[in-house]
Amino acid sequence: MQLYGEEIGSRLLLGTAQYPSPQILAEAVKASGTEIITVSLRREGVDGAGTGFWQLIKELGVKVLPNTAGCHTAKEAVTTAQMAREVFGTNWIKLEVIGHSDNLQPDVFGLVEAARVLSDEGFQVFPYTTDDLVVGEKLLEAGCEVLMPWGAPIGSGQGLRNPDALRAMRAHFPNVPLIVDAGIGRPSDACMAMELGMDAVLLNTAVAKAGDPALMGAAMAQAIKAGRQGFAAQMMERRDMAVPSTPILGMAVFD
Amino acid sequence: MRILVNGEATEVNAANIAAALDELSYEGEALATALNGQFVARELRQETALQAGDQLEILAPMQGG
Repeated sequence: MQLYGEEIGSRLLLGTAQYPSPQILAEAVKASGTEIITVSLRREGVDGAGTGFWQLIKELGVKVLPNTAGCHTAKEAVTTAQMAREVFGTNWIKLEVIGHSDNLQPDVFGLVEAARVLSDEGFQVFPYTTDDLVVGEKLLEAGCEVLMPWGAPIGSGQGLRNPDALRAMRAHFPNVPLIVDAGIGRPSDACMAMELGMDAVLLNTAVAKAGDPALMGAAMAQAIKAGRQGFAAQMMERRDMAVPSTPILGMAVFD
Repeated sequence: MRILVNGEATEVNAANIAAALDELSYEGEALATALNGQFVARELRQETALQAGDQLEILAPMQGG
C-alpha cells in the first residue's frame, strides 16, 4: 500500500492512547506489526512528560502520524498541525475537525477548509471524515490523497454502522487509499472493513482497552490480513436458496 | 508582566518566547509554541516579543488516537 508515495507493509494503523502502561503500549505496537502509529500534542508542564513519551515513541522505530484531535475549528486544527510538524518532523497529519461533542463526528466544512490550507503549506493530509462521497470529492480537490471515513463514532466500538456507504466509497474512489478510522471494536469489524475493499484500518481503543492489548493487536493484524486476502480473492455472491456443494451426480439409490 | 502560559496566569520577566521558555524551565527539545493562536516556529522564538496579556501555548508529544 502506498500512502503519499511511501510504501507501507502493514494495513493496520494504531493509536497510542489509553493503554494501561507505556510498556503495554510498546508490546501492543510490536505484536500488531503496525508501521504507523498516531500521536498527539498537548500542553506541556515543566516536568517534561511529553519528552519522555516522545523518547518511547522514537524507540519503537515506526512512522508517526500526528493528529489534531480535540480541535473544533479549522483555525485550531491548522495551528495544531503546524506545531505538530515542527515537533514530530513529518508532513503527515491526521486532520480532525470535530463538529459535535457527543458523537465526535467531523465538521466536514471546517475539515475541507483546513485540508486546503494545510495542503497548500505542503502537509500530507489524512482527513478523518464521514462516508459522504461529495465531501470525499471536496477533500481530494483540496489536495488530500488519502481519505479516512469513519466506521462508527470514535471510541464507540460499534463496528461498521454503514457498510453500504463504505462500499460506495470504494466504488467511487477506486484509486484513492481508503482507511477506516474510528468505531472498530472487534477483529471481525476490521476484517469486514477489509472485505469491503478498504485499504487499511486505523484503530486505538479496541486494542488499548482489550484485556490483553498485545494479543488484541496481533488478532487485529490477522483479521485485517484475512479480510484483505478475502477481498483480493473475490468473494462469492450470496444466494437466497441453498445449493448443494457436494455433486448430486453419482448418488447411490437405496430404495 | 503577566501572561497566560497554557491557560495559567504567569508572571514573567522574559521579553520574548525563547527567554520565557528558559525562565519557566522548559528544557525539552520536543516542544512547539504558539502565541495568541498563531504558531511560532522554533527559529522565530527569539525575535517574537511578549506583551502583557499574551496567550502563550507550549505543547509537547502526547498519546493520541
